[in-house]
Amino acid sequence: MLEQQFQSKIDNEIKIEPKDWMPEAYRKTLLRQISQHAHSEVVGMLPEGNWITRAPSLKRKAVLLAKVQDEAGHGLYLYSAAETLGFSRDQMIHDLLTGKAKYSSIFNYPTLSWSDIGAIGWLVDGAAIMNQVMLCRTSYGPYARAMVRICKEESFHQRQGFEILLTLSQGTEAQKAMCQDSINRWWWPSLMMFGPKDSESTHSDQSTKWKIKRKSNDQLRQEFVDMIAEQVKILGMTLPDPDLKWNESRGHYDFGEINWEEFWNVVKGNGPCNKQRLEARNKAHEEGRWVREAAIAYAQKKAERTKNQAA
Amino acid sequence: MMIRKFYYGDIPEDAGTGSGSANTEVKSSKDWPLWEVFIRSKQGLDHKHVGSLHAADAEMAIENARDVYTRRMEGVSIWVVESQYIHASNPDDADSFYEPANDKVYRHPTFYQLPDELSHM
Repeated sequence: MLEQQFQSKIDNEIKIEPKDWMPEAYRKTLLRQISQHAHSEVVGMLPEGNWITRAPSLKRKAVLLAKVQDEAGHGLYLYSAAETLGFSRDQMIHDLLTGKAKYSSIFNYPTLSWSDIGAIGWLVDGAAIMNQVMLCRTSYGPYARAMVRICKEESFHQRQGFEILLTLSQGTEAQKAMCQDSINRWWWPSLMMFGPKDSESTHSDQSTKWKIKRKSNDQLRQEFVDMIAEQVKILGMTLPDPDLKWNESRGHYDFGEINWEEFWNVVKGNGPCNKQRLEARNKAHEEGRWVREAAIAYAQKKAERTKNQAA
Repeated sequence: MMIRKFYYGDIPEDAGTGSGSANTEVKSSKDWPLWEVFIRSKQGLDHKHVGSLHAADAEMAIENARDVYTRRMEGVSIWVVESQYIHASNPDDADSFYEPANDKVYRHPTFYQLPDELSHM
């Protein structure tokens, strides 16, 4: 009965809000998805932060700082949305730091050159945006609102990335080669960001029924390929896929097979930087501990003093 | 058993349990409290709820709110209030709670049938 009422709200495009009744599985699915999304924003700061001190100009440095600061903000919006489902921030952080919680595998790849910052903005943020635009219409109110805010800010990220690559693509031979190299390394991991193929699921898809997701992995991935295959022409670069070809009858680009073994390997913690990322997060958390504790002690002392003065 | 489809941002946990299953509890006595943030986007408009954040005290909450919610000049004034002090109506009672307004269409101007030639009203 409650479940029917819940589903009819979803079917009628009425958003679900924190205090509304919801099936336990809906709550858990959302919690897992939103917290993983939040962790991805937070860990996503690491590969880019790596280049803040080495950005080639003051302008690029300022832009990259602003972008990384945005990612921190996006993590916060998402943690807040997850908290409305009754799970504490500290618990989420704990799950990330102990390796229990997952985050997007893409951030376990290293940023080897400045050009990688461009490729991340264009391809990685580009892929994330496809997913996030869809999630602006997700059925859970706080998640949808966080996504609207994130999408507004995210489009600058993709544009600045493309601009970095465009500049390199018009530079010296070495700069052009650097640009192509980054595209070669980031292309396949970006396609993996959309997750396994739809055909791997044989049963009804609960996330779609609940309108948490509104498009399938393959659908989003195809839209992404179609978009990037055109944009890469402006850079005068190529995508590292010999099978990439416009298919007139489908009205889409065909593309080659993704290396799923690599995907699952990185998910399971064996990617190039998994260990390094978690170590960096743990280090930051430990080194910030005294600040967090001092702030709460100061706040308590101040509150105490105010109380005594009033008495 | 239903096989779940995995999406980006929705990779199953190793243990097969969602992060919602708190088997390793973290004590929360030292947590910074949660604050709700309200922002006036420009003079003349109401403060509007924009989200929440954790902070040790009100001063820090306002500064953090500035850093996360007004990075692109979205506001000229910020209110913060500790979430625990917000009282809310119960969504389960919504039908009966808002029922008194249901049969009072005469509260709307469109309820009144007046001649077309009547102007400025």
